[in-house]
Amino acid sequence: MGPEMNKICPSLEKAVADIEDGMVVMIGGFGGAGAPIELIDALIGRYKKTGSPGSLTVVNNNAGNGAVGIAAMIYAGMVAKMICSFPRSSDPKAFTEKYLAGEIELELVPQGTLAERIRAGGAGIPAFYTPTSYGTQLAEGKPVEEFDGKHYVRERWLKADVALIKAERADRKGNLTYNKAARNFSPLMATAAKTTIVQARKVVEPGEIDPEHVVTPGIFVDRVVEVAEPKQEEALLREGAK
Amino acid sequence: MTAKLTNAQIAWRAAQDIPDGAYVNLGIGFPEMVAKFKPEGREVIYHTENGILDFGEAPPAGEEDWDLINAGKKAVTLNPGAAFFHHADSFAMVRGGHLDVAILGAYEVAQNGDLANWSTGPKSVPAVGGAMDLVHGAKRVAVITDHVTKDGRPKLVEACSLPLTGVGCVTTVYTSLAVVDIVNKHFVLREKLPGMSLDELQALTGAKLVVDGDVQDLLVPEV
Repeated sequence: MGPEMNKICPSLEKAVADIEDGMVVMIGGFGGAGAPIELIDALIGRYKKTGSPGSLTVVNNNAGNGAVGIAAMIYAGMVAKMICSFPRSSDPKAFTEKYLAGEIELELVPQGTLAERIRAGGAGIPAFYTPTSYGTQLAEGKPVEEFDGKHYVRERWLKADVALIKAERADRKGNLTYNKAARNFSPLMATAAKTTIVQARKVVEPGEIDPEHVVTPGIFVDRVVEVAEPKQEEALLREGAK
Repeated sequence: MTAKLTNAQIAWRAAQDIPDGAYVNLGIGFPEMVAKFKPEGREVIYHTENGILDFGEAPPAGEEDWDLINAGKKAVTLNPGAAFFHHADSFAMVRGGHLDVAILGAYEVAQNGDLANWSTGPKSVPAVGGAMDLVHGAKRVAVITDHVTKDGRPKLVEACSLPLTGVGCVTTVYTSLAVVDIVNKHFVLREKLPGMSLDELQALTGAKLVVDGDVQDLLVPEV
């Protein structure tokens, strides 16, 4: 990195240039809050121009809404599989049509289990036990063990090749803060991906983020692109974006 | 046809049992209505699993901040003392036994406390969200529901026929006709509408209603 660590990347296009076919991509956000729309658009732009990266596995709480963000990736045809807890939204047509036509795979994971699997992936914990889903369809085929008289289901860690994250502030060392409930899965995903790519509303000098306020420490971050006026997915949809 | 409580009245009744100082998660949809009927003089802190403690009412139209939403993706506001956190912390609050009350909707509740509230079968796209997590960990897991389905079938049953959300997890059921606790794998009747006989209520219930002590009148104001 030269004499001075610098994770700032000059463009969205450069930031997503090495994402390859078939990769597992974690994308931050819960509904529209925290969806990194500009990073996603850069990836879609590359796919439309070059046909790559396709056959992606996307990890997110949802499976897209309307025709922006992850839904736009699905419409573009670059998503082979979704790993999510709730593939429904106010307009879930993009995912629903492909799913019912057998053109996209779904791994449905309870929301808290999804979060913990990602946390475990980032923390080097290959498996863990949780009470969630015990005795249900979503536990079928998974090992069960009894601890102190209660049953728990074993779940595996979840890791990714790439995480796409929307942050509020970032510095060149990769320290991040988030905006309100847009934080959701992003701090976990940043830990669980080989390459974590961040779009931040504002890039500041190291030290400007009070160390007490850093939410994602820079060790988990590889690239930061400043997107000063980011789109907000829910706001876009309410404005009638297509 | 017997009179029954409206959804708002069921929510009102459930709200009366939330103790002062409780940390509460309200499931998305109908359970969100419970917040409206919190009794005066009690402080309740609401948790939403997407990462907020102590959120308040919806903002006025036009003042929404779409980065400030609840699990139902509706815009909310913050109370003084609110906190944000990521999803692993949020579900640690859920599974770790830190919530006092979770209030959820139901398709079916079985007498042993099994709950079915996430899937009506294989016909549609499956979606679970946080339902399977929320049934574990809260000290009380209460269900609010109509006593019967739209076509008149009991929702309180001996065994669930729909895919389960959780096993043996429900502690209390507030219905349009009654309040029922689940004790030792039985429905124990606590309150019923005063205009209704036990036989009439039993006929609309798919499992034995056990009477253990007094059955109170279920009295709810017009709300």
